[in-house]
Amino acid sequence: MKGSSLRPSRWPHIGDVVLWLATGLATLLVLVILAVILIDVVKNGAPRLTLGFLTKAPSDGMTAGGIFPAIFGTVALVILMTIAALPAGVATAIYLHEYARPAALATRIVRIAVNNLAGVPSIVFGLFGLGFFVQFVGGGMDKLFYGGDKVFGQPALIWAALTMAILTLPVVIVATEEALSNVSPDVRLASAALGATKFQTIARVVLPQAVPGIMTGAILAISRGAGEVAPILFTGAAYFLPTLPHALHDQFMQLGYHVYVLATQSPDVDATRPLLYATVLVLLVLTFALNASAILVRSRMRRHLSRSHG
Amino acid sequence: MATLPDDSATGSLAVRQLSVYYGEKKAMGPVTMTIPGKRVTALIGPSGCGKSTFLRSLNRMNELIPDCRVEGAVKLDDESIYGPGVDAVAVRRRIGMVFQRSNPFPKSIYDNVAYGLRLGGMNDRSELGGRVERALAHAALWEEVKDRLHESALGLSGGQQQRLCIARALAVEPDVILMDEPASALDPIATAHIEELIHELASDYTVVIVTHNMQQAARVSHNTAFFYMGDLIEFDTTQVIFTKPRQSRTEDYITGRFG
Amino acid sequence: MNGNTIEPARSPSDRSPRAAASRSIRTPDASPRRSLSPENSDPTLSQRVRKLESRQPPLVERLIEVTIKVLAYSAVAAMILIFIFIAKEAWPILTSSAIHREVTLAKMWFAQQWPGYDSPEHVWQPVSEIPKYGVWPLVVGTIKVTFIAMLVAVPLAISAAVFVSQYAGRRTREIVKPAIEFLAGIPSVVLGFFALMVMASWFQDLFGFDSRLNALVAGVALSFAVIPVVFTVCEEALGAVPRSYVEASAALGAARWQTITRVVLPAAAPGIAASIALGLGRAFGETMIVLMASGNAAILSATPADSVRTLSATIAAELAEVVFGGPHYTVLFTLAVLLFVVTFGINFMGDQAISRMKRRMGVAQ
Repeated sequence: MKGSSLRPSRWPHIGDVVLWLATGLATLLVLVILAVILIDVVKNGAPRLTLGFLTKAPSDGMTAGGIFPAIFGTVALVILMTIAALPAGVATAIYLHEYARPAALATRIVRIAVNNLAGVPSIVFGLFGLGFFVQFVGGGMDKLFYGGDKVFGQPALIWAALTMAILTLPVVIVATEEALSNVSPDVRLASAALGATKFQTIARVVLPQAVPGIMTGAILAISRGAGEVAPILFTGAAYFLPTLPHALHDQFMQLGYHVYVLATQSPDVDATRPLLYATVLVLLVLTFALNASAILVRSRMRRHLSRSHG
Repeated sequence: MATLPDDSATGSLAVRQLSVYYGEKKAMGPVTMTIPGKRVTALIGPSGCGKSTFLRSLNRMNELIPDCRVEGAVKLDDESIYGPGVDAVAVRRRIGMVFQRSNPFPKSIYDNVAYGLRLGGMNDRSELGGRVERALAHAALWEEVKDRLHESALGLSGGQQQRLCIARALAVEPDVILMDEPASALDPIATAHIEELIHELASDYTVVIVTHNMQQAARVSHNTAFFYMGDLIEFDTTQVIFTKPRQSRTEDYITGRFG
Repeated sequence: MNGNTIEPARSPSDRSPRAAASRSIRTPDASPRRSLSPENSDPTLSQRVRKLESRQPPLVERLIEVTIKVLAYSAVAAMILIFIFIAKEAWPILTSSAIHREVTLAKMWFAQQWPGYDSPEHVWQPVSEIPKYGVWPLVVGTIKVTFIAMLVAVPLAISAAVFVSQYAGRRTREIVKPAIEFLAGIPSVVLGFFALMVMASWFQDLFGFDSRLNALVAGVALSFAVIPVVFTVCEEALGAVPRSYVEASAALGAARWQTITRVVLPAAAPGIAASIALGLGRAFGETMIVLMASGNAAILSATPADSVRTLSATIAAELAEVVFGGPHYTVLFTLAVLLFVVTFGINFMGDQAISRMKRRMGVAQ
């Protein structure tokens, strides 16, 4: 406004101070929440975290020993899950990003499905795993191959892994799509100008560059797989097994499931408490390591990208 | 040092020894000149000569860039813009800016123009309506948009959006309007509209316009300043600059020997 | 360039004009495109040239492409299969007369007069002499916990997103963003564990509730899972607001907080709305946290301090002990269908709202 004062007041705008404070406090609060959880778990779980804990089986009614079977089961589950989820997820992302016409009905249907798959409650996945994999597929396999004996028609490692694979599919798809879109269009054009087919460009140029992003997706999926419990409640997890799973149709122990049962159904809460905290700590360390490596991979990928674009 | 035979009409900017630094590197200056009020002053020069940096230091927009430091003084009439206790926000209410790429908010046309007024606390609907209409008329846009004031501003053409941005800046009735290559992203017809507009604005506002188009500077401005490599080389009436420049570098630039 | 756009005519016969042209290499004008030496009457060269011109993607490539396209529908197949199979197990509630003796959809949704009660009530008590399947206590429980979680999470997450995207320096951002990503990575069973073992006792000491495990504890713990979801999407949306808007607002004489509240936040509104929808979906479907921390008592009340039972927790807790195919089993799958449909609806509406908002704001560059 013509003639308005250039020095309205000596104080900084109150609004700025208030907004900065309010949002800053909110941020701090979130960090504090994280810190409190971590500190509590580390404080109570660290004493029990010895090498023996990681390598021995539980004993004395879950008051002593270790949780090696749960670690083994978690790893087995996660490996199988990744083998199933990666090809399907990467393929879906490639299709969506490279082949599909954005406005086509098929594309929109696939996108809606992916978006909604990410939002399905985890217990519904568990029920699906029970109804489809265990009973339908497993039961069918039993009738066809085992003459009615219950081999696959019951909770099993393979069914839990496949259920988890569907659950983590969106994670892989999203991460892969992001990786694909980070590949510069110039490089694609160069490849095409040299006479490569679309497939060749994807296979020889785009995909190799997208590998770090795909790895990020896989790591994040693994992180979900190690911690989700609801989907495996009825599809294969067990609280105490005398032996390790050695076939696809065996049941397995899992870290998250172990925490759940120990926390809610332990006959002697105080006695099992140390083991429980230590298990949670292992689970958290695992999650942290996975997340940290995903972040590392992503940041190295971004740095590499910015360098190559000068 | 350059002054011009003009009265001290309101809205003059007195620049004294103004220098701008990015970190340790000096981007521009020292520059000393007096931009006369209620006239159009054009800043010309080759790319990277510091004219945009100079422009942005006239309304303290350089402060939005980290590591940017300004030395020297700028006075709007008799008030120092950079003095102690002077609020940059208040400065920008008196010295407005229009950018190279039009940047209307994703709001309605009406809300765009009313934005600055609402910031100042104006809430009365009839008052706002009147000011919005006046600003749009001043920017030669009223007739085209009066029936769709509440539609999104992003639906306008490039030239219309730029005029909207001008209207938005005019609505708060500043003393000075700074324009950073306002027509460079527009087609020739839209450019002609903007140039007409600039000419009319001079009767009420001080206009400082950065342009890389010399013909535009010649058409539109009363005074012209020639910048080169961060220094002010020559400042005079447009007539003199384009017909009898005193510095050889000015003449070289005008005649197209470089830049 | 699409790999399959160039499809020159295949000329198997040597007598086609093209083949003839390729063969008359002695005339410079008729030389094949890729011939390097003008003097060459080698017939195999012309054959090779022809093959170059009539190139088709090899079979392996095409097979892989087909596989990709088939696999791409795995997500669609999964959604369809999920719905079919849970609906299949829930179907008897509509059709089976054996089941109807114990429960029907009507009995689930309307208050029933049970022996021993003064008036018709909604009661969920499937394991008892007279099984009762009143669904409302579960629905109310779900809404209570979700509401509390959103009430805590949304303001915190949006404020934090504003701080990180508008005020924080690079170093602060590099600490806060990974921290929140880590919070996101904490398995829900761990959050439930924390709520059960630690938070419940704190709340009890602080507020002196009757029930140690209740909707408040579960809701607050649930908010820890929702905060990262809302924060991540919000922060991206805020960061995507073009800098030109911020500059324009500053040039008009707006203070930082005015630019943020009047320009940046409105411009990011679709993203913020998306984040809330995503957070809502997450809260609604979450199982483990509520299973462990809500007290699992199907009480129909409005007090946050009462124990609750949510739909998802009910399924998780009770499915282990049901008779396969029996009424309880069928009802649980019906609840699952309900959950599936509602979360699908929330997600879908969220998507629609976002695209509508984007259209209204015009296509921003």
